[in-house]
Amino acid sequence: MAYTLNVNGKALSADVDGDTPLLWTLRDSLGILGPKYGCGVAACGACTVHIDGQPVRSCQVPTEAVGGAKITTIEGMAAHPVGQKVQAAWMDLDVAQCGYCQPGQIMSATALLAANPKPTDADIDAAMAGNLCRCATYTRIRAAIKRASGQKEA
Amino acid sequence: MTYHQIGANRRQVLASVSAAGLTLSFAVAPKAGAADAGATPLNAYVRVAPDGAVTIVAKNPEIGQGIKTSLPMMIAEELDVDWANVRIEQADNDPKLYGRQFAGGSMATPLHWDELRRVGAVARLMLIQAAAQAWNCAPGECSTTPGVVLHKASGRSRTYGSLALACADVPTPDPKSVTLKDPKSYRIVGKATPQYDVAGIVTGAPLFGIDVTRPGMVYATYAKAPVPGARVASADLEAAKSVKGVRKAFVVEGDPDAVLVRGMVGGGLTPGVAVVADTWWAARKGRDKLNLAWADHPTSKQSTAAFAEQAKALGAGKPQRTARNDGDVEAALKGAAKTVKAAYAYPFISHSPLEPMNCTAEYKDGKLEIWAPTQNPEPGRQLCAKTLGIKPEDITVHMTRCGGGFGRRLGNEYMVEAAWIAREAGAPVKLLWTREDDMQHDFYRPGGFHFFEGGVDGSGKVVAWRDHFVSYGEGSGFAPSAGMSPNEFPARFVANYRQDVSVMPLGVPTGPLRAPGSNALAFVHQSFIDELAHAAGADPLAFQIALLGDSDTVGDPPSQYNAARMKGVLKAVGEMSGWAKRGKLPKGEGMGVACYFSHMGYFAEVCHVAVSPAGDVKVKKVWVAADVGRQIVNPSGAMNQVQGSVLDGLSEALHQEITFADGKIEQSNFPDYPLMRINEAPPVEVKFVMTDYSPTGLGEPALPPAIPALTNAIFAATGKRVRSLPVRPEMLKA
Ligand code: FES
Ligand code: FES
Repeated sequence: MAYTLNVNGKALSADVDGDTPLLWTLRDSLGILGPKYGCGVAACGACTVHIDGQPVRSCQVPTEAVGGAKITTIEGMAAHPVGQKVQAAWMDLDVAQCGYCQPGQIMSATALLAANPKPTDADIDAAMAGNLCRCATYTRIRAAIKRASGQKEA
Repeated sequence: MTYHQIGANRRQVLASVSAAGLTLSFAVAPKAGAADAGATPLNAYVRVAPDGAVTIVAKNPEIGQGIKTSLPMMIAEELDVDWANVRIEQADNDPKLYGRQFAGGSMATPLHWDELRRVGAVARLMLIQAAAQAWNCAPGECSTTPGVVLHKASGRSRTYGSLALACADVPTPDPKSVTLKDPKSYRIVGKATPQYDVAGIVTGAPLFGIDVTRPGMVYATYAKAPVPGARVASADLEAAKSVKGVRKAFVVEGDPDAVLVRGMVGGGLTPGVAVVADTWWAARKGRDKLNLAWADHPTSKQSTAAFAEQAKALGAGKPQRTARNDGDVEAALKGAAKTVKAAYAYPFISHSPLEPMNCTAEYKDGKLEIWAPTQNPEPGRQLCAKTLGIKPEDITVHMTRCGGGFGRRLGNEYMVEAAWIAREAGAPVKLLWTREDDMQHDFYRPGGFHFFEGGVDGSGKVVAWRDHFVSYGEGSGFAPSAGMSPNEFPARFVANYRQDVSVMPLGVPTGPLRAPGSNALAFVHQSFIDELAHAAGADPLAFQIALLGDSDTVGDPPSQYNAARMKGVLKAVGEMSGWAKRGKLPKGEGMGVACYFSHMGYFAEVCHVAVSPAGDVKVKKVWVAADVGRQIVNPSGAMNQVQGSVLDGLSEALHQEITFADGKIEQSNFPDYPLMRINEAPPVEVKFVMTDYSPTGLGEPALPPAIPALTNAIFAATGKRVRSLPVRPEMLKA
C-alpha cells in the first residue's frame, strides 16, 4: 500500500507493506541511504533517525505507524541548527574510523544536544550508549559532543 | 595468499610486493568517466588537470584504517602539492597497475612508504623537466613550491596545471634515481589530516557497499545451515515466492567444504537458499516462509564445552609434539626457587563489523561486475571466476568503503554468493546478510588453551618456561589462525624453554581477526609473566624489563625481536602512567602492565581498573607507549587506530565469546554478543616513541597488550587472577 511520509521536509510516497520497518522504506524505497542497518533489533543505533525530534531506531518502527510525523535523517542534519554544529565537530575532530555507525551517532548526539545543550559525561553515556561503534571511536565521539556544546573536551 | 600466510611471511611479501609495485605503478591509467576530464595522467597514481587540481589514486581498500587518506598523503608530500587541491579516487581492483591491493597485517605503511613517496617524487620531477624544457634550462636549476615549478635565477614560475600536458612528452625518470625530501621539510606527512571522506561520512553519503544501487537492481538474502556447511534438505520455495515482491527463490547446491576454508583465499559457495525480491524486506519475509530443513553434517555433534573437556585431558597428558625445546626445563623447574603452574583459556570470538557482509553484482553478456566491501578483492575475483566458470578478465571488482573489516572481509564468500545469485536472477542483485547471518557464518578467532609451568630463581630471574599449547588442527597443522610460532616470546629469552603442542580436529571455520594469533597469545603469555613477577615478589614492570635481557636484539630477521625498542616503550609507559606511585591507589583499584610485539610494532600498555565488591570492572584509564619507527604518517588516523585497538581489546576481554553446541553457533546478534559501549570506554593516552626505524603499521599492534594489561590490573586490584576470557563478575566477587 502507498504511504506518504514527511522526510526531511519533503512529502515522499512509498508503496510497501505497512509492517515494513521504516529503515527499509527509507533505504530501499525512497533511496535515503544515510540510516544504516547494523542489527535490526534495536541494539546498535546505526539506523537512528528523528521522529518529531526524538531519536528512534528506524529498524523498529513499522512504516504504517509513522503517519504524518516529521522524519529527519542524517541527510537532513545540514538544515538542523544543532545538527550542523554536531557535524562540524565530527569533522573537526576526525571522529570516524570506518564511519558506518556515525550517521546514527550524529542523530543521537544531535537529539541529546537539542534537549540538553550542556550535557555532562553521565548525560552523554546515557544518551549515546545505544549506539555501538565497532571501531570504538568513543573517545572522539565524547570529545565531539563536548566541542559541539561549547564545553571543554577532556 | 591468506592473511595467515601474510603474518608468517611478512618480510618475503614485503620484498616481492615492493619490487613488483615499483615497476608496475608507472603505467599510465586514464580512468573512464573520471571527474577530472582533461587531466593528464603522470603515472598510474597521479593526474594533474589544467586548473591545477591533482587527483591521486588510493590503491587499497578502506576499512576504517584511514588508508585512503594516508597512502595518498605519501604521494602528495613528494609531489609537492597543497593537500586542499588533492582529490582522491578509489582504485578498482587492478593488480596489473597496483600490485597487491589488500587491507591486512598492518602492512600498507611498511609496504608503501618508500614506493609511494617515489611515485610522487617521479611525478614532480616530470613536471620540473617539462618546465625546464619550456625554459630551456637544466632541470637542476628548478625547484618547487606546492603546485608550482620555480626557476629562481630568472624569477620564472609555472603552475603544475599549465605543465601537465607537456609531461606527456617527458620520459618517466627511474624511481630509484629520485631524491626524496628531508622529513624536516614535510608539509603533509606528519600533519594530523582528517580522513578524505570525512564530509561524506557525517552527511550520510552512500559510501559503503550496502549503499550501492544499480538501475533495475533487486535485493537478495541467502539462508545457510546453522551447522556450517550442511546441505539443504528441503525448502518451501513456493511459500517464499507467494510473498509480495518476491521474484525468485532457489536452492544453491554449493560446496559443503567451502565453509572450512572460508577465511582463506580458497573457499567457494556454501550451500543455501536464495530469495530475490524487489526490496530487501520482502526477500527477508520470503525467507522466513522457507520452512528450511538441513541435511546432517559431520560436525553436528561438536561443542565448545566438549572441546574444553578434551583440551583439559590433552593438557594433562603427553603432548602430541614438541615445537621447541631449549635447555632442560624439567631440571630448571626442579632447581627453581619458586614455580608457578597455571591453565589459561580464551574463547572463540567473532569479527562482527558493523556493516554486515554484502555485495552487489551484475552479470550481463558473460561479464560480471561487482561492487564489494572487501579487504581482499583479487582473491575474490579469482574465486568468482572459479566458482562461476568464467574468465577472471571478464570480472571487474569495484571496491567500496567498508563498514569495518577486522579481517572478516579478507574472505570473499559473500562476493561469490552475490555473483551466483545475480547470474541466476538475471538482474543486478544486492545481497545483504542479516546480522544473524553475519554472526553465525563468520570464520571465528579460534579459542585455545595453554598449560603453563614456570620457575624463577632466588634473584627473581625466569629460569624455566613450559607451555603445553592445546589448539585446533590436524597432525602438525593448525586450523587457520590457531597456531603459534616456536619463537613466541619469551622463547629465546629464557634459557630453559619448552613449547609442546597438541591439537584437536575442528569443523567450525576459523580465520584471522585483527592481530591474529597475537590477540590471544598476548593475553596468556603476558599474564603468566605477571604471575611469575608476583611469585618473585618483583615489580611487574621492572620484571618485564629484566626478562628482555641485555642484548638489543635477539634472533635474526625476519623473526628478530628488538628488545631495546620494547624496553624503550616499557620505560615510557611507566613514566606516563605514574606506575611508581600505584601503591597509593585506593582499595579495589590497581594497575597492570603488559607489552607485546606484533605487526612490526612495539607496544607497552598500562591499565588502571577499579573492581567493585560485586566483581564489576571499571577501566579508568589506559596508557600506551608505541614504537612504530621514525615517522607517523597521519597523526590523526594513527591516534584513532591506537585508541580504537585498545578499546577493541578491552571489549573482547570484557564481553566477547562465541560458543557452539550441536555444531551450531549459539550467539546471533548484539544482545547475546555484546560489544563495548561508550559508557565503558576509558580515556586512552598515547605516546609515540620515535626511533630511527622505517615506519610500520598501526591497524593491529596496539590491541594485543591491552588485554593482559587489563587482567594484570584486575589482579593488582583484587588478588584474583583472570585465566580465562571473557572476564566475568562472578570470577571477581569479593
Ligand atoms: S539496525 Fe536498528 S538499532 Fe541496529
Ligand atoms: S566508525 Fe566504524 S563502527 Fe563506528
